[in-house]
Amino acid sequence: MATLHTVNKSPFEKSSLDSCLAYVKDGGSVLMYEDAIYGAIKGTAYAEKVAAKGNVNFFVLGADLKARGVSEDKVIDGIEIVDYAKFVALAAENDNVQAWV
Amino acid sequence: MSEQIKKFMYINRRAPYGTIYAWESLEVVLIGAAFDQDVSLAFMDDGVFQLVKGQDTADVEMKNFSPTYKALGDYDVTKLYVEKESLEERGLTLEDLMPLTYEDEDDDWAEKDSIRLVSRAEMADIMDEQDVFFSF
Repeated sequence: MATLHTVNKSPFEKSSLDSCLAYVKDGGSVLMYEDAIYGAIKGTAYAEKVAAKGNVNFFVLGADLKARGVSEDKVIDGIEIVDYAKFVALAAENDNVQAWV
Repeated sequence: MSEQIKKFMYINRRAPYGTIYAWESLEVVLIGAAFDQDVSLAFMDDGVFQLVKGQDTADVEMKNFSPTYKALGDYDVTKLYVEKESLEERGLTLEDLMPLTYEDEDDDWAEKDSIRLVSRAEMADIMDEQDVFFSF
């Protein structure tokens, strides 16, 4: 089963992204939005944990990056920047959506 | 009523937009500025994200309150302590933050930086000198 995992909390403040990464299967998808976009930035104390999940498809919501002043070139290589339409498409394409609120 | 000036510190530990804490803090700081106290703001943990420059909230349809930080100097809120370790953990440097300044009336209105970069240990010492904390 293909599952889309969504995370919206900062990994520096809450353990939601940690938990998500512990449960996501190879081939699964993780979408970071709202304060979770801080998990998608290069060169942070958290970045390696995301990079270590090589077999997971990562997405980050562009509108939330822009709101927080994070330019797209700061996003970890391999994470796809998506818009709201793609967010909906991902939810529709996957068999299930698990929200790590 | 005592006329003694107290040292007020507003502690900012949350990122902007995901929760209302950052904006609420800013509102309380502006209200509190009317009371002529010795005000300091601390930015630590995810609070350092509040000061990142280039915020543009058009696509998330929220109010971009980041320009308001630039007005703090006009309200005599001129001590914004930013913790170095919190910046580093988040891949940030001072260059990533908005330039925030104030005009020093005791120094011929010279323009000075409001942001003061401090270590975690220095932040602990500054906190230790305060009379009142407001936590956000």
